[in-house]
Amino acid sequence: MTVLAIVLGLLAVWLVFTFNKLVGLKNQVLNAFRQIDVQLKRRHDLIPNLVNAVKGEMKFEKETLESVVQARAAAVNAGQGGNMNEVLAKEGMLTQALGKLFALTENYPNLKAVEVVRTLMEELRTTENQIGFSRQFYNDIVTRFNIQQQVFPTNMFAAMLGFQPAALWELPADSVERNVPKVDLTV
Amino acid sequence: MNIYEQQETNRRTTMVLLGAFLLLFLAVGAGFDFFYLSFNPIAGEPSYKLNSAGYYEAHNARPQMIPYGTIAALLFGIAMVLNSVFNGPKMVLRSTMARRAVSTDPDEKQFINVVREMSIASGVPMPGTYVVPDPDANAFAAGFSYDNAVIAVTEGLLKNLNREELQAVVAHEMSHIRNYDMRVMTVAAALMGAIALISDFAGRSARYGGRSRGRSSGGGRSGKGGGAAVLILFVVWLFLVILAPLFSRMLAMAISRQREFLADASAAELTRNPMGLVSALEKIRSAVQPTQAINNGVAHMCITDPRGSLIEEKSGFAADLLATHPPMEKRILALKMMAYQKASA
Repeated sequence: MTVLAIVLGLLAVWLVFTFNKLVGLKNQVLNAFRQIDVQLKRRHDLIPNLVNAVKGEMKFEKETLESVVQARAAAVNAGQGGNMNEVLAKEGMLTQALGKLFALTENYPNLKAVEVVRTLMEELRTTENQIGFSRQFYNDIVTRFNIQQQVFPTNMFAAMLGFQPAALWELPADSVERNVPKVDLTV
Repeated sequence: MNIYEQQETNRRTTMVLLGAFLLLFLAVGAGFDFFYLSFNPIAGEPSYKLNSAGYYEAHNARPQMIPYGTIAALLFGIAMVLNSVFNGPKMVLRSTMARRAVSTDPDEKQFINVVREMSIASGVPMPGTYVVPDPDANAFAAGFSYDNAVIAVTEGLLKNLNREELQAVVAHEMSHIRNYDMRVMTVAAALMGAIALISDFAGRSARYGGRSRGRSSGGGRSGKGGGAAVLILFVVWLFLVILAPLFSRMLAMAISRQREFLADASAAELTRNPMGLVSALEKIRSAVQPTQAINNGVAHMCITDPRGSLIEEKSGFAADLLATHPPMEKRILALKMMAYQKASA
């Protein structure tokens, strides 16, 4: 009788601890996801400035600039729509377009001398990195959250306590970011 | 070992460290009490005997019951630790003449950005960013909690490293903050200083004061055999006092070296790019001149020993005991192994 009571008591204590741990992790996951959002917003805000700054010097690259502006508009729209797959796809396109712009600026040494452009480039690069790192952090946290749920014996109780494995931030299979950039070396 | 277990280990290490230092303080303080301030709780009541001259002479003079020396040593140690906890980062920054990084300078703006990136990657709040005016390449982190943590780099580092390498160095410092290494090292450094001062004081008293008690009463306390035992005890205590700074230094350095390896590994985990840190370390290593602005007290917090001493390059016994950082060779090798693992996986 006492043995049974002790075992049940221990089980209850263990359940409380497990539950609290999982709640903590769940909130960390949510917070990490918000972080990615913040970075994406920041990128949207920076792009118009950059495009304005390089417009004069890069008038021969109208197409590229155009595509950056369009990709940004699409990404902002997707963000307001709130469809996760849509956001992923559009943000991927924007990353692609920006990468192209970055590569092209190499052809314009004059641009590097312009203080505003240099500052904006650094800002955008750090934002790109921050997006990357916040995704990485999100995935690390999600992995920990999921592992915590799936290990024995927590796996028998996790669903009962109302926890579900969170989704990792992955690129969709048909994402533009997966495309290998084509290099054309013909003159 | 993930970062939470790591933090847990570090908390435990801090406690063990505190315990070890507490014992040292107690030993030094209690010895001082016993030998100089006649503190002796186990002595009996003084007895009075009629001597040949016709008056009463006291044997076992009334002992002094309050261990002033021990209390003073402990209070001093606690004060040093508290001081380093609350003023640590400020004192370190002032001693290195560091100034806040300004966002108008492109190099420093990049540094601030990189710190923000790493704070996102590690999930730690953004620490303060400081620049030390020194042409040598070095960096350090300080701070007892996430809130008052700072990362400082030298101007030389900003000038010589590219973005990727700077990111690796900042990641290394960020890992120190994230793993609570600063806690262990701050406490260790403060106690190391306290022990050095106290043992210096006690040692001087031994040299100039002599054992007032033993001499004046001619061993009258407990007869001849007891006197010899007390003498042996005194010699042992004196050795302890002389060696205490060395012990505490070896203890602190051992912990410091282990932390460095760990921070390198965590940095690679944060940037997912061990080779960035490898090339940064190689650049820092080739700049052998000592970092003038950073003094010995901060050495254990830096990414590499600021004294520019070649002890880091050796891997002999003495270097193993006294260096603050593992040999550069070993650190680079460990990082390269991580890179190969990544490549083959």
